[in-house]
Amino acid sequence: MKSHTISVLVENRAGVLSRVAGMFSRRGFNIESLAVGTCEEPDMSRITIVVNGDGSVVEQVMKQTNKLIDVIKVSDLTERESVERELALIKVAAEPGTTRAEVLQIADIFRAQVVDVGAKTLVLQVAGDTDKIDALEKLLRQYGIKELVRTGKIAILRGAKTVKSSK
Amino acid sequence: MKTGAKTLIEALRREGVDTIFGYPGGSVLPIYDELYDSSIRHILVRHEQAAAHAADGYARASGRVGVCLATSGPGACNLVTGIATAYMDSVSIVALTGQVPTGMLGNDAFQESDITGITMPVTKHNYLVKDVADLDRTVQEAFYIARTGRPGPVLIDLPKDVTTSHVKSGEAAPGPVSLRGYQPTYQGHVRQIDKALDLIARAERPLVYAGGGVVHSGASAELLEFAEATAIPVTTTLMGLGAVPGDHPLCLGMLGMHGTQSANYAVTECDLLIAVGVRFDDRVTGKIETFAPNAAIIHIDIDPAEIGKNRAVDVPIVGDVKAVLQALLRRMQKHGDTANWVARINTWKAQHPLRYRDDGRLRPQYIIRELSDLLKGEGIIASEVGQNQMWTALHYCFRKPRTWLTSGGLGTMGYGFPAAIGAHFARPDLPVVDVAGDGSFQMNIQELGTVAQYHIPVKVVILNNMYLGMVRQWQELFYDRRYSYTELPPVDFVKIANAYGIEGIRVEEKDGVREALSAALAADGPFVLDFRIEREENVFPMVPAGAAINEMIGVHQE
Ligand SMILES: Cc1ncc(C[n+]2csc(CCOP(=O)(O)OP(=O)(O)O)c2C)c(N)n1
Repeated sequence: MKSHTISVLVENRAGVLSRVAGMFSRRGFNIESLAVGTCEEPDMSRITIVVNGDGSVVEQVMKQTNKLIDVIKVSDLTERESVERELALIKVAAEPGTTRAEVLQIADIFRAQVVDVGAKTLVLQVAGDTDKIDALEKLLRQYGIKELVRTGKIAILRGAKTVKSSK
Repeated sequence: MKTGAKTLIEALRREGVDTIFGYPGGSVLPIYDELYDSSIRHILVRHEQAAAHAADGYARASGRVGVCLATSGPGACNLVTGIATAYMDSVSIVALTGQVPTGMLGNDAFQESDITGITMPVTKHNYLVKDVADLDRTVQEAFYIARTGRPGPVLIDLPKDVTTSHVKSGEAAPGPVSLRGYQPTYQGHVRQIDKALDLIARAERPLVYAGGGVVHSGASAELLEFAEATAIPVTTTLMGLGAVPGDHPLCLGMLGMHGTQSANYAVTECDLLIAVGVRFDDRVTGKIETFAPNAAIIHIDIDPAEIGKNRAVDVPIVGDVKAVLQALLRRMQKHGDTANWVARINTWKAQHPLRYRDDGRLRPQYIIRELSDLLKGEGIIASEVGQNQMWTALHYCFRKPRTWLTSGGLGTMGYGFPAAIGAHFARPDLPVVDVAGDGSFQMNIQELGTVAQYHIPVKVVILNNMYLGMVRQWQELFYDRRYSYTELPPVDFVKIANAYGIEGIRVEEKDGVREALSAALAADGPFVLDFRIEREENVFPMVPAGAAINEMIGVHQE
């Protein structure tokens, strides 16, 4: 069992996300992360799904997903050179004084930006791969995380290669 | 200016629809009003499930797209079992459902259900039409998707305001369908075809394993030509019965859980398995590790997701079965010598014919054989699910494709009777018989009203054992004869038929069988035959669940 990052290019239509997500869950996949948004063509969207499973099962789910009429292309980016990112917003307790200074220092090291300052809290924005965000989260936990939201992973191939409709 | 409902009917006509099976309700009233003046024939069923099965039977018997229509909410939900049945067996149907007006969608309005959400896992595709301007195009796409590639059901949900609002008239019909996410592959890859031919030339014990895909793609003639040219024996799945003539010397009959001994032995010993339009269903393979354990596998299928799904394949060929078989025939230069292998198979066939106890009592196998004898393959047989289905599959000789309608994948009790109704409208020239169990028949027995109303000459042959027979058989064999809730009290089916104005006969003796069958077939209307068979008759051979397919039980009883 290993984590697979699947990129799904779909028609930008109502209900497509639930068709795709439904196909994964119906076949017994636990979706670890899912991110969706428009892409370079206005009438298409790209869904990035991270799932755990062994190779042949993942292959079967990809084939089944590919059968959906609104799905244009499905690719497994796991074994390919790709850039992966997710974004997190973290609201952390940071009383003015030493704690606040420490939190700011940590944010600096992780290249997280402060996007909101409250009387007793800071909101940090951080982008990076999953490990980096996990590490930051762990460090901030000691100060008290009030609220945390992550986007789910998005991924793109390195270099000139693209995941595009071949049709 | 014309309404959405009129646009719909015109679009259906353009797709060649002549018959719709349906049931009205509030949200489809505009469509029904349009149907009133239309040249499309509408058959009013008694339950929407039957409408879906009838559309399915129509499609299987004709090779065209079957159409059913139901109202929103409960009507639409009642279609679901029929849609799922068609999905599992890859049958082209288009289901039309009414929906609450777009402005009320998502409000839990009266008779609202999210039918596109509900049917997502059991349709090839589905649509919720929110704008009347999309209607024409949607109907065209739906039919295209239903009948191309791997066939399957497509649902179109039609909010009431969409069918009542107006579109600009005089608009040209939409151009040809092109969907970038849907491009089925029809031609097999030439290199794979040559690899397959190489294996075929070298095989000593090759076997064709043919399924519903052969029937769907209309490839029976090609399959037979291929089998004869190479002298390779053929076994078929439940769905593939009739793909090659059942009495052909190279035909081994059905394989799998209730397969013939010769077929199951042949699969176990073959060195090359040519899988054509099949999906390695667990009811066929038994324990998958021991299925064709020594064979190289060539798998031909239009659906790439079927290839390698259950069993690793040596030569995958994605394509339409007919096109691929034609290519194989065209490119074939030599083939192996199968004489010894065929001789071995013929020995099995001679040693292990299908047997049953013929002792003067009323046995279901005898009834099916008599029916087979009378019809000589010139008729359409639908079945219900259970022992009746397996006795028919084993003892009736199917000689042509599209003459056998059965719920293989989903195993839906109640399928056969409405499917037979649909088949009649597809092939009014052929006699249509539903072989039923008393349990299954009672699942859609209300359709007696439909056959009575339209004088549909469907004959129902009930193999009445007063049990849910197949379940009882499992209880007998694997649960120590504890018949937990599988006994059914006697029902006077003749009286029920009569109540609907339909003729019927009860038969309790073997002697009466031929006469009763002949009377039913000769009658010009519907007919119900209630055969009171030996109650604890079993279907043999049988492979217990989880065993290898050559480990059959019940093979030595005479
Ligand atoms: C809708 C549905 N419910 C339950 C089953 C499970 N089931 C399979 S065979 C069977 C018994 C069928 O009995 P009957 O129709 O009398 O046929 P027989 O086996 O006696 O020929 C049952 C209950 C099913 N296949 N379909």
